[in-house]
Amino acid sequence: MKIINEMRLVFPSKSLNESFARTTIASFISCLDPTISELADIKTAVSEAVTNSIVHAYKETVGSIYISSQIYENGKITIKIKDKGSGIEDVKKAMEPLFTTGGEERAGLGFAVMQSFMDKIKVISKIGKGTTVTMEKTIIPRVKLNK
Amino acid sequence: MAVKIEKRSGCVIATLDGDIDHHTAKNIRESIDSEVEKTKPKILKLDFNKVNFMDSSGIGLIMGRYKLMKLLNGDLELINVSQRIGKIMRLSGIYKLKKY
Repeated sequence: MKIINEMRLVFPSKSLNESFARTTIASFISCLDPTISELADIKTAVSEAVTNSIVHAYKETVGSIYISSQIYENGKITIKIKDKGSGIEDVKKAMEPLFTTGGEERAGLGFAVMQSFMDKIKVISKIGKGTTVTMEKTIIPRVKLNK
Repeated sequence: MAVKIEKRSGCVIATLDGDIDHHTAKNIRESIDSEVEKTKPKILKLDFNKVNFMDSSGIGLIMGRYKLMKLLNGDLELINVSQRIGKIMRLSGIYKLKKY
């Protein structure tokens, strides 16, 4: 399937960038004219992944978060969110709803939200090397895309 | 994100305005908790009417305030929850804590 647009973004793991990341992705995919609900789903999933990198991967430090995204001809969007932080010891366990190492005020729902709000999610992580989350969602274009 | 806190006959009403994420949750939590710990209300109402966006940090915020109100033998009420924000609330299962 042909890629009709793509982008890359690198920013430091500061919490004020959570909103920057999700609004940038929202703006990038706006050419597909998504519904309010589709847009909210994607913004929420991006916010969860970026928050994980900030809260867990770069817990005691500030590092770079890398986002790349592609839009395909059929309306498929892929979003890759990568960090070079601490990595996740047990990805399967981390993806269980309510599991958290983030303390009292963290709900432990980040991956559950990403799984539920996106069509596909893949997590690759290595201790000491970092984590890459790749997500996919297809939105049926309501406008003819200008390639 | 702004929080407006009002007191009305045994109630504390916190009107949340803007986005709720990990970045904004800390200030919201501190503003609400300082008022709740001072006035020890019977009911804490969180008003979501002006909330544009909320991720799971908002769920953590609600769960934390629910626990705090239980410690004070009080209740937490969520009001004006839009469909958009309702989706993440349903997913989290917080509706099972209490029927809103």
